[in-house]
Amino acid sequence: MEEHLKEHAKNIRKKIIEMVTKAKSSHAGTALSIVEILTVLYFKILKIDPKSPHDPNRDRFILSKGHGCTGLYAVLAERGFFPPTLLSEFYLDGGKLFGHSTLGTAPGIEASTGSLGHGLSLGLGMAIAAKIDKSDHRIFVLMSDGECDEGSVWEAIMAAGHYKMGNVIAIVDYNKIQSFGFVKDVMDLEPFSDKWRSFGWAVKEVDGHNTEELLDALSNVPFEKNKPSVVIAHTIKGRGISFMENQLDWHYKSPDSVQYNQALKELDQK
Amino acid sequence: MRNSFVKALYEIAKNDKNVFLVSGDMGYSVFETFQHDFPTKFINVGVAEANMTGIAAGLALSGKIAFTYSIVPFVTMRCFEQVRDDVCYQNANVKLVGSGGGLVYGSLGPTHHSIEDISIMRSLPNMVVICPGDPIETDLATKAAYKHPGPVYIRLGRGGDPIVHKIKPDFVIGKSILVIDGDDLVIISTGNTLDLAKIVCLNLNKKGISVGLISMHTVKPIDKDAIIKFAEKVKAIFTIEEHSVIGGLGTAVAEILAEYEKQVVFRRIGLPDSFCKYIGSHKYLREKSGLGLQDVESYIIKTFTDIK
Repeated sequence: MEEHLKEHAKNIRKKIIEMVTKAKSSHAGTALSIVEILTVLYFKILKIDPKSPHDPNRDRFILSKGHGCTGLYAVLAERGFFPPTLLSEFYLDGGKLFGHSTLGTAPGIEASTGSLGHGLSLGLGMAIAAKIDKSDHRIFVLMSDGECDEGSVWEAIMAAGHYKMGNVIAIVDYNKIQSFGFVKDVMDLEPFSDKWRSFGWAVKEVDGHNTEELLDALSNVPFEKNKPSVVIAHTIKGRGISFMENQLDWHYKSPDSVQYNQALKELDQK
Repeated sequence: MRNSFVKALYEIAKNDKNVFLVSGDMGYSVFETFQHDFPTKFINVGVAEANMTGIAAGLALSGKIAFTYSIVPFVTMRCFEQVRDDVCYQNANVKLVGSGGGLVYGSLGPTHHSIEDISIMRSLPNMVVICPGDPIETDLATKAAYKHPGPVYIRLGRGGDPIVHKIKPDFVIGKSILVIDGDDLVIISTGNTLDLAKIVCLNLNKKGISVGLISMHTVKPIDKDAIIKFAEKVKAIFTIEEHSVIGGLGTAVAEILAEYEKQVVFRRIGLPDSFCKYIGSHKYLREKSGLGLQDVESYIIKTFTDIK
């Protein structure tokens, strides 16, 4: 991993842990699984300028899995969209940042999400607008695996394939755990890649914590001309904190003070 | 009303490159010209209303104005959460246009009827709810909705609705149209009952009862001033709508009157709280549901007589 990306990823994880601990909020595991994806996007891929967050030609990023918002808030702060002090306004009484990412609450947030199965359609609308405006910006939509149970996701997948939207890039955080169990037990998505392919998408599967693999895939979009691209990112829920990894509990729990200290210690040792 | 809507939208789209019509595979014999003349502005997403609404919101977040279109239940209820989260929560510049308000789809049955949509759409923050009373109001409502920067729901009747307004009225969102003035009673109508309400009104005036008629095309925000003005001068207020008596125009007017200091006799005329059990034409179903001309007229006369 490039050293600076590694450093950013570590900082983002620390910020996530600080936010969920202070706010006593949930969804730590789901934010930790997308840290490398967000780091690569925000520091290497997205054509964005924190000083011009409304530039009409900027790339768009939609966090369709809005419950992973602490990851988004942390990366936006790390990338300089707003001062890190805003992160202390997360979730608490009178705060400024919701427990799901919300349009207008901070610079850099492109859509209000929280209910699953909305982001890809929103992104598709933005992509159609970009084509009409003859702008070459891209729309990146990060989804969860559990989210792909939603019928609306498949409506959008079908439409993006039909419209040959080369400017749409979906990334699935395939951490294999959804709200009430393992994906394979609750609602198996496999053969997942084949499903996307059969709907007209070009697919790449990567290790979602390997920044080289992510960078290689995301630097080469669209994977095929005039096809939407999807990166199926194999990830680990709770990645980076030993006692959170692959544990359903950390979809819900927030760290106590002992766990908080241990988590930060582990991150510092990496 | 459908033709008036698409004619108005055609004029708008001719002059504004940012306007889109997003359809859920609806518009046969109505949208062909629009589609032909503005191929990039007409998006048929197929029978996928959730995606339709999300796409429309995404277009709006990119500075476009998107009109979504389907039969009322499909453009409002099938995709309700997209309407709530993607459109209303984000205050996106999306206009929902539903055809077949009320019992218009007749024998096709309750899956295609819409007796709850006004109630549901009215409860959404940021949403404006307009039910045009005739093709002229539809034209004006479409243009007003285009100019309104935010979510609007337009509830249309069907094709071939009668023209009620002899001259083009002033049309402002949130301001009702006084069709006929009256001193004894007033009927407040929304949507496609305007023609029926006008006939009732004229008949009663011939019988010596001074009955006014308001077209309350905008149910939200409701024209409180007009309601209060009539509450001050008439003996009874009636609402009429092709919608359940729960949650629609009648409820919206009741909310104003219940909090007003002066009491006035008030009655809601609308559809009962039940799925339509009858099979038949729009006209037939109206008659079976208490919205026939004779029933409405008799009910108003009896109520007025009882007051006296």
